[in-house]
Amino acid sequence: MSMLIKGAKPYGEDAVDLLVEDGRIAAIGDELTVPGADVVQAAGLVALPGLVDLHTHLREPGREDAETVETGSRAAALGGYTAVHAMANTDPVADTAGVVEQVWRLGQQAGLVDVVPVGAVTVGLRGERLAELGAMADSAARVRVFSDDGHCVADPALMRRALEYVKALDGVVAQHAEEPRLTVGAQMNEGDRSARLGLTGWPAAAEEAVIARDVLLAGHVGARLHVCHVSTAGSVEILRWAKSRGVQVTAEVTPHHLLLTDECAESYDPVFKVNPPLRTEADVQALRAGLADGTIDAVATDHAPHAVEDKESEWASARPGMLGLEQALAVVVQTMVEPGLLDWRGVAERMSVAPAAIGRLESHGRPLAVGEPANLLLLDPAHRAPVDPAALASRSRNSPYAGRELPGRVVATFLRGTATVLDGKATR
Amino acid sequence: MKRHLLEAGDLDRDDATLVLDTAAQIESALAGREVKKLPTLRGRTVVNLFFEDSTRTRISFELAAKRLSADVINFSAKGSSVSKGESLKDTALTLEAMGSDAIVVRHGASGAPHRLAQWVQGSVVNAGDGTHEHPTQALLDAYTIRQRLGRLDGVRVVVVGDVLHSRVARSNVWLLATLGAEVTLVAPPTLLPVGVGSWPVQVSYDLDAVLPKADVVMMLRVQAERMNASFFPSAREYSRRYGLDGRRMGALPDDAIVMHPGPMNRGMEIAAEVADSARSTIVDQVGNGVSVRMAVLYLLLGGAPDSE
Repeated sequence: MSMLIKGAKPYGEDAVDLLVEDGRIAAIGDELTVPGADVVQAAGLVALPGLVDLHTHLREPGREDAETVETGSRAAALGGYTAVHAMANTDPVADTAGVVEQVWRLGQQAGLVDVVPVGAVTVGLRGERLAELGAMADSAARVRVFSDDGHCVADPALMRRALEYVKALDGVVAQHAEEPRLTVGAQMNEGDRSARLGLTGWPAAAEEAVIARDVLLAGHVGARLHVCHVSTAGSVEILRWAKSRGVQVTAEVTPHHLLLTDECAESYDPVFKVNPPLRTEADVQALRAGLADGTIDAVATDHAPHAVEDKESEWASARPGMLGLEQALAVVVQTMVEPGLLDWRGVAERMSVAPAAIGRLESHGRPLAVGEPANLLLLDPAHRAPVDPAALASRSRNSPYAGRELPGRVVATFLRGTATVLDGKATR
Repeated sequence: MKRHLLEAGDLDRDDATLVLDTAAQIESALAGREVKKLPTLRGRTVVNLFFEDSTRTRISFELAAKRLSADVINFSAKGSSVSKGESLKDTALTLEAMGSDAIVVRHGASGAPHRLAQWVQGSVVNAGDGTHEHPTQALLDAYTIRQRLGRLDGVRVVVVGDVLHSRVARSNVWLLATLGAEVTLVAPPTLLPVGVGSWPVQVSYDLDAVLPKADVVMMLRVQAERMNASFFPSAREYSRRYGLDGRRMGALPDDAIVMHPGPMNRGMEIAAEVADSARSTIVDQVGNGVSVRMAVLYLLLGGAPDSE
């Protein structure tokens, strides 16, 4: 079965036709004609490699009322993703081969994106002893990214061992950098706004201190380190320094940290409560600059669905986290592409190529070229519309972008040549 | 006046002055009366929704509402549906469905009254939220200063103590700045928030240095348990460096006053001889609290239900 994508602009460049056959890009050229092929009209649309998320919370098993592998996969496909890494903080925790294989199989059944489980670093995310990392790596789920996300591996000796151990698995430890003793009861970024709002502050130093420690450890033992959701200007500086010293460190930034600031907390609406917290305008500018120059390697959503009752409360008792999969690309277009900080090849690099490389995904993050897997998306960059949380595919509604007009709409997504999204709607 | 009183920072100079003037009018209207009651809020229902124990604030609001002839319901979170897991929103909607016109809320979480105001139709009065604000306390403090010193403009107010955790300090900072007073915060650096530099205040770590130029000294309650988290080494050291004792009181100008929002830790932040001295306005503050809260309820609920 063949499919012909007519008039798409790969990486926003000259319009071409792309022929997809047997899950691969079979031909690229002008005015291709293939009798019997399904035709997708893509005039004016930008074609990009399917996006890869390093940081998704799918909530299954355990909180299927907030999200399931299937609903999260649908949200991902609608956002232009073809692969997502499912974080380990489920119930039960993904700290054994059994749980990661369950999540992986649920992803296969949903069939909308490749769901790649992340394994917990420590048993039960408790930060006490290593989980069976090798068993998870060798399982059907082929785990390569290990993270206690939401919990920092705070014990420096344990972190060192984890970094060392996963070298044998070609793995990487993805650290949620937060010194827990500095963030007891923390509710938002510590600064002028927290002082006025009377919300306990989450100091930038609590993130930066752990990143500084971890890049030193990773350099010392020659291991790969990935830093989750970098949120401060100081973190960008430390990463820049570490990379200049040759440390094997990669880092991600979320869409919300590229766009929103702690000013949002003034509403006391917990939809803006997130960990790490929204920071200042100066931090936002430093994150954008770091993403532009490659100090930050990837955009990762930290898509964190929460049930209504976990957000419709006073700020302090609400759960941290916000949705991201369906608006990530739009936010990157607004914050990076439109101001000229990244071109479309840069977007492909930061949202597909780099995260696939960090996660060691061989069939994702590939170029739009003949012979490559047909994992791609088509984006209408001219489209602009306000975000309506009720229209999201996620089971949850905690979008921080509600009512905000964002650019760009994913018109189609293809996973190994099969459309998962067409005309902006999920196909299954 | 707006529909809600959520924070002192919301009040402009005219709003704040109107509250103080209204409180003064109410006080003179009731002075010498045998029946200390006005019919203004007859038929209106005020709910005191207290998620934290605060007997004095609750009683003050209760008296204020009753003296305006409102019906008052006291809802305490302990032993109620809240302890059975009911959410703030469900509690608020339940109370409103029973016909409350105003909810006076005390809550341990900063911003809880702001959330409430988005869910209910009636007025919301913040009676203290977490470490954020306690606006009626600041209004009664301003009222007390004006009563004793005759003015607020240019008055030099020194606020001493645990500013970091104090909703009273925050409300006073914003209200006093709005009303033209000059505020100096004095505390160990551990008990000042990061970001205090953006507030319209002076900051000092040295109480002795600022006392000779103070018209008002406002002492904040300091919990001795704070020393367990190393905010200061010991209660004794705190008291020695930041407590107001008789010797320090002697450094104040002759007509300066000493305030405290209560409840006091005698011997910790304030010595008994200071609390009981002629400079102390602590008892006045309690009495003024009722008048100011009457003014707030009167201005928010504005008379009979059908007069709108």
